[in-house]
Formats: sequence, C-alpha cells, structure tokens
Amino acid sequence: MKTYKKLIAATALAMLTGGLMAGGAAAKTFVYCSEASPEGFDPGLYTGGNTYDASAHTVYNRLLEFKAGTTETQPGLAESWTISDDGLQYTFKIRPGVKFQTTEFFTPTRELNADDVIFSYERQWKEDSPWNKYVTGTSWEYFAGMGFPELLQSIEKVDDMTVKFTLKRKEAPFLANVAMPFASIMSKEYADKLQAEGKMNQLNQMPLGTGPFSFVAYQQDAVIRFKANPDYWNGKQKIDDLVFAITTDASVRYQKLKAGECHLMPYPNPSDVAAMKADPELKVMEQEGLNVAYLAYNTLIAPFDKVEVRHALNMAINKKAIVDGVFQGLATPAKNPIPPTMWSYNDAIEDDKYDPEAAKKMLADAGVKDLSMKIWAMPVSRPYMLNARRAAELMQSDLAKIGVKAEIVSYEWAEYLNKSKAKDRDGAAILGWTGDNGDPDNFLDTLLGCEAVGGNNRAQWCNKEFDALVKKAKVTTDVAERTKLYEEAQVVFKKEAPWNTLDHSLSIVPMRKGVEGFHQSPLGDFAFDGVDITE
Amino acid sequence: MFRFIMGRVAVMALTFVGVSIIAFSFIRMLPGDPVALLSGERVMSPERHAAISRDLGFDQPIIVQYFDYLRGILHGDFGTSIVTKQPVVEQFFNLFPATLELSICAILFAVLLGIPAGVFAAIKRGSFLDQSIMGTALIGFSMPIFWWGLLLIMLVSNTLHWTPVSGRISLMFFFPPVTGFMLIDSLISGQSGAFKSAVSHLILPTIVLGTIPLAVIARQTRSAMLEVLSEDYVRTARAKGLAPLRVIGIHALRNAMIPVVTTIGLQVGVMLAGAILTETIFSWPGIGKWLVDSVSRRDYAVIQGALLIIAATIMLVNLAVDLLYGLINPRIRH
Repeated sequence: MKTYKKLIAATALAMLTGGLMAGGAAAKTFVYCSEASPEGFDPGLYTGGNTYDASAHTVYNRLLEFKAGTTETQPGLAESWTISDDGLQYTFKIRPGVKFQTTEFFTPTRELNADDVIFSYERQWKEDSPWNKYVTGTSWEYFAGMGFPELLQSIEKVDDMTVKFTLKRKEAPFLANVAMPFASIMSKEYADKLQAEGKMNQLNQMPLGTGPFSFVAYQQDAVIRFKANPDYWNGKQKIDDLVFAITTDASVRYQKLKAGECHLMPYPNPSDVAAMKADPELKVMEQEGLNVAYLAYNTLIAPFDKVEVRHALNMAINKKAIVDGVFQGLATPAKNPIPPTMWSYNDAIEDDKYDPEAAKKMLADAGVKDLSMKIWAMPVSRPYMLNARRAAELMQSDLAKIGVKAEIVSYEWAEYLNKSKAKDRDGAAILGWTGDNGDPDNFLDTLLGCEAVGGNNRAQWCNKEFDALVKKAKVTTDVAERTKLYEEAQVVFKKEAPWNTLDHSLSIVPMRKGVEGFHQSPLGDFAFDGVDITE
Repeated sequence: MFRFIMGRVAVMALTFVGVSIIAFSFIRMLPGDPVALLSGERVMSPERHAAISRDLGFDQPIIVQYFDYLRGILHGDFGTSIVTKQPVVEQFFNLFPATLELSICAILFAVLLGIPAGVFAAIKRGSFLDQSIMGTALIGFSMPIFWWGLLLIMLVSNTLHWTPVSGRISLMFFFPPVTGFMLIDSLISGQSGAFKSAVSHLILPTIVLGTIPLAVIARQTRSAMLEVLSEDYVRTARAKGLAPLRVIGIHALRNAMIPVVTTIGLQVGVMLAGAILTETIFSWPGIGKWLVDSVSRRDYAVIQGALLIIAATIMLVNLAVDLLYGLINPRIRH
C-alpha cells in the first residue's frame, strides 16, 4: 500500500516536472473506455480479456506475437525458431537488444535473455519455484488449460540468447499457444528484486515488461495509466500516454465516446450501433468474432442419440430469427463449429435448411412422437450469446410448431457450467466458445474431441472418425495438410450434427473519427500498439 | 448517558456477530462454485479444483472456515480477494472514500433541499405549492435510479455540455490520493482547475443518489410538521403573539425533527444501496460497484468482508443518530 502511494506520488511528480500538465497540449493521450477493472496485472494468473488488454497487450510481449488483426503468428521476442524433425524440440533464438522498460519503480541493468524466458514459464510450471504460489490461491488457469504441464518435457538454456523447449508429444498448435497472453515474458531481474525485498505481490500490481507501453499507475476500478515505452524494440508509439478509463456500463461508454471523453470503446449495446454508424463524429469497425454459440444435444441419451432426430430439430429452428431477435442482426447464423475468420473454415458445407414441415416428417420417420425436451439457457450474457433465454424462447416456439414440447431451464452460471457437463444431462444446452489462440484445434478437439466428453464436450459426442481427423491434425505441422484434415472433420461434424450451430457474433468497435492505426483483433484483444489520434 | 452508550455498543457487538454469521452462511448457500468460476467455460480438472479449494481453505467444514474467518477479523484481517488476490481491507479503504464523499454530498443535497421543501409544504398545506412539492417528491421517489442517471447524462452532459459524463475528475489531472476525497485532494494538489473539475464530476451523481432521500425527507418533514403545528403548545405560542418564523423555526421544527432525523439515519442504508447503481452509471470507483462485481465473481472474501464493514458503518451511523436524539430530546436519554 505504502509502495503504491509512493509510486503514485513519484509518478505524479515526474509527470508534473516532465511537463505533462504544463505542456498538456503537446502530449497525445489516447483514452480507452474499458469495460471492466483488470483482475490483476499478471496475465498468467487470469483468463479475462480485459485483464490481458491492461497487461499482456500493453506492458508485455511474447516469443511469438499474433500479427495485428489476424490469428497468424509472427516473430516477437524470438526472432527465429527451428523445429526438430521429430517435431518435439522447438529452439527459439531470442531477439538481441530488447530492453525492459525503465519505470519509476524499476531500472533494468540488462537486456532480455534466456533467463527471462525460462523464468516466465517455470513460475507457472514448476511447483518448487518460489513464484508458483506467490499470491494466495494462485491458479495458472491458461497454462493448465492449454495442457502445458503435461506437454512440456523440459525448457533449457542453450546459450544466453537461445532457449530449447522439448515436448513430450507432437503438438502443432504449440507455436500459437506461446503467442497467448499467459506466455508473456517477464523480467527475471525485476522478479528477483521483488523477491529479495519481500514484495512478490507487486509483480501482479506493477507490471514491467518489454511491451509498447509501460505501466504508470492504477487507481482501483477507475483509471489505469500507461505511457509509451521510448525503448520499445519495435519502434516508439505515436501517442504519448495511454489511459484506460474503466466504464462498466455500455450506455455510459457510448455517452463518453460521444462527448469526446474517450477515443474508443469495446462492446456497445447492439441497439446503439445504428446511431453510432450515423454519427459523423464516430466510426465503427466490425468483424466476425472468433466465436460460436451452439445448442449441444446430449448424444448419449435417447432420442438425441439418433442422428435423424438431431437433424430434424436443427431443421425446425429458425436461426435467422435468433440472430435478428437476440443480436439485432449483429451476428451471422453459424453452419460450422469454427468461425469463418479461422483458417480451415469449410465454406463448402451446407447447413440444415430451416424447414419445419420436413423436420416434422423426419421426426415421425425416426419413430419419435410427442417429444418433450429441456433447453438449457445460460443465465449470463456472453459475446457469442447475448440473451440465451430469449434464444431459448424462440427455439421453444419453433419446436412447438413441429409438435415438440420444450421446457426452458437455467441455473446460476457456475452451476450451469458444472451441471451441463454431466453425461446424463437431460436435454440440449446452449453454450458457446471464444477462441484462445486462433487455432482450429482450440475449437474442434477442445469442444468435440472424445477426451472432452464429460467436460468441454457438452454434446457428449465421441465419433471415432472425427476424433481421428482432429488428433492427426494436432500432430501435423504442415499447415496445408492440417487444413485438409480440419475441413474433412467439419464434414463429419455436419453429417453427425451433435450441435445445432447457432451463430457467430460480430465484434463491433466504435471509435472517434480521428483514431488511426487501430487493428481489430479476431481474438477480441484491444491492443493499442501503433494507434494514433488525428483530431 | 454513559450507560446508554454502553448498552447500545453491546447490542451493536451482538448484531455484528449475527451479521457475520448471516453473511458467511448465506453466501455459501448461493449456488455456484467460486473455484469453478475461475476457469469459466474452460473446464478445470478435478485435481486442480481440489488443490485450489485447499489453498483457499474451502475444503474445511464450514464451521471451521467461519471460526478461522472470525479469528482473522479480530486481527483486522478480512481475508484476501479470490480474484484480485489483494487484501479485502486494503481494497475497501481504497474505495470507501469515493462512496463516502458521494454519500455525504447526496445526503447534504437531500437534507438542504428536503427539509425546507417539507416545511414550506406543511405551512402552505393544501396550496398549489404544497401539491407541487409533494407531487415532485412522489416522482422523485418513484424514479428508477438507472434511468434517471442516464436521462441526466444525455440531457446535461451530452446536450447542454454542462457536466462531464462520468468519473471523479478529468483524466488530465493526476495526483496522489492523500485523503481519498477528491474534493480535498484536488485542493491539496494545487493544480489549477482540478477542484472545479472534481465538483463538476460530483454534480450529477449527487443529484441521482440524493433524489430518493430528498423525496423521503421532504414528505417526512411535511407530515411531522403538520402534526406538530396542530399541537396545543404551538397554538399557545402563536396566541402569545410570537413571530410566525420563531414559532415554526424553533418551537415546531425542533420537535418535528425527531422523526426526520430517524428518517435521515435510515436513508444511510438506502444511500448505500443506491450507491450500487449510481456508481455503476457514473463509473464511480466506490464500494457499491465493487460489491456488485464481486457478487458476480462469487468472490466470497470480498462479499462477506464488504458486507461486514458496511453493516458496521450503518450500525455506527445509527448509534450516532440515537445519540443525536438525546441532544434533540433529552427525555430519550432516560
């Protein structure tokens, strides 16, 4: 607490003497009206996108980075890498001359090297690392979630500027995974200093990395301040200061944007988008999000174990009406389990056509009469499904038209997630997914693989043909070959219809007219590297 | 007087224990597992779930958890947030000044406008003025806070450009929080324009948060005044030929104030509830918003810690109100 106060006092003084106030007109300050307070500033500890925006995408870098506006990876702190013939060893050459940020609370004495990389991974991996439990209830959510503890054999320092990762098995998405926020590279020198001073908590409160912006101060639930890192290895920023003004209500964010109190905002209310587009002071970027919402049938339970029944129900539900009713058009009906912005998306696939008459007949042919089922509606709004109850009501009325009686059930969110995993779950559950790393494996194997039955695989669907395809793709490093495997897997998926794929929502980013150089990320990140203001 | 205070303090201590039991057990009765929420849609393995639960002490029987918690409180430790991993007390005291500042302004707004409005309405009973004041009070009382806040932002901030939309101070001002009260800190900072900016940011939230208490206080003052004005001693005072202002201001108002002070005391609780919405609309970094976020994250430590500290605050305010009665009406002391 004391350190925090001292830091703020020191920074305030520095800013005053440095002329931010005096020369206010000269300093270019970009204000982002963020949607929530960050949970902390150590991206390894959390899974929230807004936490990553305030840490991973501002303060930190990773060995590989996602190319702005895409899900493709490019060299980051590793300038190059090689993969051994057996696909098990990844050797990264670290970019020379990369400086850590110099801030009021830390002055680095050395540049980035292999020790920093090893530290950044081992703190999440090795239980004997003093950093493994450095805050109460530490859980390295993504590191565990992406299967790193089971995947990694060793991480070795070959020399000061070379690190070798050895895997226990072949894993093609590995390179995409190391570009994810949890794999941000920290300064070991800074961590050592904090440890020596008994202030390890500070790593999660005052982040320090190699990224485009350095951390200045955080006023809880109100404002986060960053300034451009003058030593950034990828060039200095066009703006001087970056401010996150935390504004949780979407209507208020819009009012602030209109009043010029912020330059850019995330997650507008769908009902405001038309007015935003009409406002001459604003511009709106939109892109299909890297997400999917689905209705997962429990394929282990009759009559949903019959593929004809699943197809019949799919044909009875009018997805266009859901997209219009729930998203006011700001989504597209989904036909595949992966979004169209993702590589290997199979556009040749045809969706089940909305045809209640044919659906009714198909159900009768399958010998199903007077079907009563449950539709599980999530209690929360997520980017891929803004209002699950409304969607469920629309489905309920569609199903009534073919004589199926649907009852809508819902539970508290954590309870919902837990109960919907059960293999004996009664009925079909609405849920969805937002991609983590832009790799199709992150959708197809994670959500539909045989190992995920009883877990993420809410359809409890284990299809040998599908599973073999995605498992093969997982260990194939050639992208063209992987693409073919995933395209085939989508064909099997459509034929078997374990889900009714509902929608891919559009991600909408409104901003002031004068904002330049912002790249909308398909991963849903808000990164301000390279942004400029001209108004 | 000493016995009176001691008696009240003893009751407060008992109430505090009661609140702690309720806060502790009710939160755990809510469906939803805070550990599972950490991973969201991503499924957590049972082993990891067990390990994290163990770290957080959730694997212990609830009674053991409760006594551990109580022991912590006696040492000033209200636990650590499951999400931000920061001590609850530290977070609370970072945010509380913002809520307190807003609440004080709102209650002042409500009292300074509500009492005179109620008095005027009572004096001019049945007149157009009375009906307008009471009609407005009814509208104010019925106004949904969220809607009222957005309406004011659209009108005052975005159409008339008189006040900023949200926040506590313009982002161009940046100084260390000394007291946590923006009005005071902006003056201490010595930066020109900072105080004015802090005041302009306070106007709309003050109005929004103060509207319901204002309406309640105005109505309560009116009815208390009407009752007192028909008392014999007021008639006597008038018959004695005392100036009307003296009769109303000293003889009537002082006695009418007793139920009004009670109402004001009760409004502190209402105010904290209202702060939850007001703070959300105006991005006001106070405890109301913090509590709402914590409920949705099932952050047990924060919810129970914050509830206890808030309950303690309300109890202290009520104690102060009781003492104030004693000053207004010495009979109550006995």
